[in-house]
Amino acid sequence: MKLTPIIGLEVHVELKTKSKMFCGCSADYFGKHPNTHTCPVCLGLPGALPVPNKRAIEWCIMIGLALNCDIPLFSKFDRKNYFYPDLPKGYQISQYDQPFAINGSLKLKVKNEKLKKEYEKTIRIRRVHQEEDTGKLIHQAVNGEKVSLIDFNRSGVPLVEIVTEPDFESAEEVIEYLKKLQQIVRYLGVSDANMERGEMRLEPNISLTPRISNFQFPISNENLPKYKVEVKNINSFKFVEKAINYEIIRQTEILEKGETPLQETRGFVEVSNSTVSQRTKEEASDYRYFPEPDIPPFRWIKSQISNLKSQMPELPDKKLKRFGKEYSLSPSDAEILTRQREVADYFEKAVNDGKKFKVSPKQISNYIIHKKPNMKEVLPASLVQSIVQSTRVADVGEDKLRKVIEKVVKANPKAAQDFKKGKENAIMYLVGQVMREFPQRIDAEKIKASLLAKLK
Amino acid sequence: MLNKLTIKQAKEGLKKKEFSSVELTRACLDKIKQTDDKLNAFITLTEKEALEQSKKADSLLAFQGETLEAKPLLGIPIAVKDNFSTIGIRTTASSKVLDNYIPPFDSTVVAKLKKAGAVILGKTNMDAWAHGSSTETSDYGATRNPWNTSHLPGGSSGGSAASVAANQCIAAIGSETAGSIRQPASWCGVVGLKPTYGRVSRYGVVAMGSSLDSPGPITKTVEDGALILEVLAGKDPMDATTSPLPVGTYLSDLSNLNEDFVIGISDEYFITGLNPEVEKAVKKAIEKLEEMGAKIEKIKLFDPKYAIDVYTIIQRSEVSSNLARYDGIRYGNDRSFFGEEAKRRIMFGTHALSSGYYDQYYNKASQVRSVIIEDFKKAFEKVDVIVAPTSPSLALPVGSTKDQAMFGELADVLVEPSSIAGLCGINVPVRFSKSNLPIGMQIIGPQFAEKKVLQAAHKYGQETQNEEWRKKEPNL
Repeated sequence: MKLTPIIGLEVHVELKTKSKMFCGCSADYFGKHPNTHTCPVCLGLPGALPVPNKRAIEWCIMIGLALNCDIPLFSKFDRKNYFYPDLPKGYQISQYDQPFAINGSLKLKVKNEKLKKEYEKTIRIRRVHQEEDTGKLIHQAVNGEKVSLIDFNRSGVPLVEIVTEPDFESAEEVIEYLKKLQQIVRYLGVSDANMERGEMRLEPNISLTPRISNFQFPISNENLPKYKVEVKNINSFKFVEKAINYEIIRQTEILEKGETPLQETRGFVEVSNSTVSQRTKEEASDYRYFPEPDIPPFRWIKSQISNLKSQMPELPDKKLKRFGKEYSLSPSDAEILTRQREVADYFEKAVNDGKKFKVSPKQISNYIIHKKPNMKEVLPASLVQSIVQSTRVADVGEDKLRKVIEKVVKANPKAAQDFKKGKENAIMYLVGQVMREFPQRIDAEKIKASLLAKLK
Repeated sequence: MLNKLTIKQAKEGLKKKEFSSVELTRACLDKIKQTDDKLNAFITLTEKEALEQSKKADSLLAFQGETLEAKPLLGIPIAVKDNFSTIGIRTTASSKVLDNYIPPFDSTVVAKLKKAGAVILGKTNMDAWAHGSSTETSDYGATRNPWNTSHLPGGSSGGSAASVAANQCIAAIGSETAGSIRQPASWCGVVGLKPTYGRVSRYGVVAMGSSLDSPGPITKTVEDGALILEVLAGKDPMDATTSPLPVGTYLSDLSNLNEDFVIGISDEYFITGLNPEVEKAVKKAIEKLEEMGAKIEKIKLFDPKYAIDVYTIIQRSEVSSNLARYDGIRYGNDRSFFGEEAKRRIMFGTHALSSGYYDQYYNKASQVRSVIIEDFKKAFEKVDVIVAPTSPSLALPVGSTKDQAMFGELADVLVEPSSIAGLCGINVPVRFSKSNLPIGMQIIGPQFAEKKVLQAAHKYGQETQNEEWRKKEPNL
């Protein structure tokens, strides 16, 4: 029985807004002293009310637009009710049935290392919605007693959840998607998407299905397997790969025995690179969603959305294409330069500065890619100057050059003879020898021309 | 007897230096000490703070002029329902779950009162979490009706209404989800204004039904209600559901009632089981309104009984979610401290929102809610306000709520439709029953038509101010 993995992905991205999602507290919580970024709202004190952060919502919609989503003109927040000590209100403000963005897609270029081929694949985005982060539990000993402490600094930090359709069939595809998503949110400047800091969190859901004859992605709902395993607690691309591959093997073994894997939530365990069961379907929570009465629903007008669209920077795919065309760069160079928006911007500034010095985009591209200048310290204009200097040709007088050439030809009779006999390479040796006679840099073409004149 | 004064009278006396705010405050505190053993209107008395605030008010009162205009409640002692957060003063919402909870912030209403110069006397008793229409569900014991202490004051703002009726304060603040201002005002014979949802900020009010809660004043006169509403109303950056509409000039326009004022009367609000004395008194009051020049128009509204189901589902659903935060981790007392009524509502709401039931209950209720809103909209195309009895009964005896899980909903049947439609409404006393219990009439207006409602109520108050029953005082 040939089985194919069917994988969907939920990604949480923490936005880097100045303030939290529903209050004025600073959202910059990482590494701060516990419970110093709090107020009645994010502590969920009696009577405190959420007031939505406009910037966060705009950014959420921008992520949706960047993922080619539709932006419904009506949207609202809902309450997701569940108990956990780090959830101060007893519910999370999230979006249920009418999120800010729906029905998007993201095109991937996937390299299959084993088959040594590259292919394109489009992943459908089901929804992009806005919610708030929870506090954090800290388990430690205080005065010798084991206790659980709660730090509410993270409580209410804006999160955007991006949910795909089950369109992936390998860990490679998932990683490619994640890299691309990370690149997009960084390009938009809405999140640093730093995995180690928990600014991007991944939850793949994995199942396997027999590969039938006319099988192809995307898979219609009725052909999806009857079960699904969700894996949580993954904080690196490497671990998501390991978790998926572990699940594929684990589920294959179960299916090959003729059994069906349990529908459940599993946690990834770093030390063993495996997953363990956390919660089965029977224990699944009923979140009792209902519309958040404290926040009026949103009714957008089309111009608001197009206005947001016009504020968006050029995205990586478009930039890559343009770089290739506009600056005649190879696809691989263009790809390297557009990986990060800062590098791309730096490159374009340098190209602009280089115009009047006749420094070509190709020269700048080569310099950036190979010499890796520190872009924080070296201004694009200084980079151009470095290139100009390194290629400057000293103007030595014709007489001086002729004298040196005569000297070099005399000192290297064999090379001169070789050239005359037709050995083209010999001329370059002589050019080199001439150059060595000068302390400054001289145009090689000019030396070559003079040498040819002398030897003919 | 300074404590008997209205805000208007007290302001005049303070301005003319006939007495000081300290004296006024002391008079109220004395009355509270003298009567609260019988009434149990207060949960927390803030005597020390009140005297400090009144002293400060006295020093400011010396400036007169602009200071008095900027601080329209300067030196006026006011009682606040215990579900309004008060910085440094414990706020229990009458539940033992919050027995030791001292908020680190003021609710917007309290902050506005303080900014207007008011003196906060203390926190008044209520049904626990505002769940009820009797104050009998308070974990701190029921409040008694000042007109007859073996009867209930109504609720949930029963402490505030009783306190105003007993002249323990000059005015009080209550909050209404559906009836909790108007019904106790009716049972206690005082003026209670429920503003439009979103007119007064809910920030810092312990949440009950978040899509319904409306803070408002409970006062001795309509004029005082207009004054307090002007202080409290307005957009609050801390409450996203407050309206940006400008605050009306309620007080200065109070007497400018249109000549061709139309009052709608709906037979559906004179329900079966309506106390005959209430029916008679309200019908008489309507006749009086007609004499005053108002045009009376018969209208047809949905039977208010439909609102009970809608209200019960929506409010309990919201309650089940709003009370989830009292999980035993942070407020000292765990969920075993919830009273019977709160537990019942949590279970009801949790069930109504459960997967598979949401469409059947919450969703359906929301749809009917829209229909009721439309029904009122249509009615208000023809009439300026609607007049009806506030409560179907007189104040009921203590103990009436025992084993009556739907007591509040039945007591509030006549105010629930306008509450779920987010309308404004006011209770005005119209006379007393033979048993010497007050009878109230409500005037309901469209959203943000507080001015109209206050004008009509004021007119009625002016026309009847010399009637014999107005001179009555509770005998405590």
